[in-house]
Amino acid sequence: MNRIIKIIFLDILKNKIVLAYTLILGLLSWSSFGLEDNSAKGLLTILNVILFTVPLVSILFATIYLYNSSEFIELLLSQPVKRKKIWLSLFLGLSLSMVAAFFIGAGIPLLINAPDRVGIMMVIVGCLISIIFVALAFLSSILTRDKAKGIGIAIMTWLYFALLFDGMVLFLLFQLSDYPIEKAMVAVTALSPIDLARIQILLQLDVSAMMGYTGAIFKDFFGTAMGLIVSFALLCLWIIIPFSISLRKFKNKDL
Amino acid sequence: MIAIKNIYKKFGKLEVLNDVNLTFNKGECIALIGPNGCGKTTLIKSVLGMVIPTKGDILFDQKSILNKYKYRDQIGYMPQIGRYPDYMTVGQIIEMIKKIRNSNEDLDEDLIKAFELEKIFDKQMRTLSGGTTQKVSAILAFLFNPEVLILDEPTAGLDPLASEILKEKIIKEREKGKLILITSHLLSELDDMISQIVFMQDGKVHFHKTIPDLLETTGEQKISKAIASILKKKNTETRNPKLATSL
Repeated sequence: MNRIIKIIFLDILKNKIVLAYTLILGLLSWSSFGLEDNSAKGLLTILNVILFTVPLVSILFATIYLYNSSEFIELLLSQPVKRKKIWLSLFLGLSLSMVAAFFIGAGIPLLINAPDRVGIMMVIVGCLISIIFVALAFLSSILTRDKAKGIGIAIMTWLYFALLFDGMVLFLLFQLSDYPIEKAMVAVTALSPIDLARIQILLQLDVSAMMGYTGAIFKDFFGTAMGLIVSFALLCLWIIIPFSISLRKFKNKDL
Repeated sequence: MIAIKNIYKKFGKLEVLNDVNLTFNKGECIALIGPNGCGKTTLIKSVLGMVIPTKGDILFDQKSILNKYKYRDQIGYMPQIGRYPDYMTVGQIIEMIKKIRNSNEDLDEDLIKAFELEKIFDKQMRTLSGGTTQKVSAILAFLFNPEVLILDEPTAGLDPLASEILKEKIIKEREKGKLILITSHLLSELDDMISQIVFMQDGKVHFHKTIPDLLETTGEQKISKAIASILKKKNTETRNPKLATSL
């Protein structure tokens, strides 16, 4: 296992896109802390980076990388290597490099400028979001052999979670505002990893008012220790479920 | 050594393999022949576990290969069209496969020397010509001294000198008692290499005969002529125009 992960990890590190991603994250983080005296404002900027840029880059880069390594996968398959091992190594290699890029680019400035609960929480959530979207990339790339289609699915997935899902939640809230749906909304957030991450961090930031209506409802649930554990477990499920579906499909794929 | 039992494979609605039954033993050199798209490569890839059959089983040393991978230790595979990561160099590819196989056995580097591949070790795969890529594939197939060699169109794309080197190597390995499976369209090239012949058509095994047997029944001296005479006979029966042009 380790040999293949090492090969993949080194191959990704050589890729200039990952380097550029790290630099841009670093630039954004350092400048958002540098521009304001108040670190809370810097944190909010980085929050937006975590919620939009990190998922987009993770899912797109991982999808394209998977399509480009189809030759590599084919080569490995004729060797005495387990299919599960190949897929898992690719996943670990990609996750590791995405997490490393996030940690170096955004994690370090976060821990230096906001070395408290919020900063640590943001680093953890950012790493989880990186891995979740790598897992979703695995799912979207196994669904079709066509590279353009696969990348299309990846972008749609990102668009859905980053923008559409929120719109739909708001729409539901307004349409059903006459009914007591607050509790149900807590369950609905579990359907989007980005929403889970956003709520988690905003509650730590204590600016839940900025979230508007949704925020007030969630304070009760996610503010507690139990809520924290549940939401982290949900984030982990968002990694495990897409990846294991893709693994099952990969095991039965013809090459 | 390899037993293929009632293999079926469907790609969507297309039936590529239809109830294929074959047994291959050690020390044999078997040619798989047949028109384009008759399922030769699919059959080979099923043995390698790259294609998963819809139905049926494949035994390697009496053990089923489905969902196994260890048995591939003993197989060297040379694909029809080798696809390699574009930006790796020839040397890196060979190093990588060595690391992945992690074998303690002596490496067989005859072909590296014979093809003079050291010269281009630092070239990237995407810059190589089709024939040179084939040479890399051949080297990787023979490198680990496998018990079974599966060669898919080995000489296609190679220059006459290189294909002669490869043929000599194949004969040498056969004499060591290895099982060799070759698919090819160049019947004239197979003459001095093979001991058995499998003819496939439309996903079915048409016949599986030893060479002496084949020559005897047709009364010909050369494999290519023997096959041609069988096909002619069959052609008048079936009037299949595809067959007349494919060989």
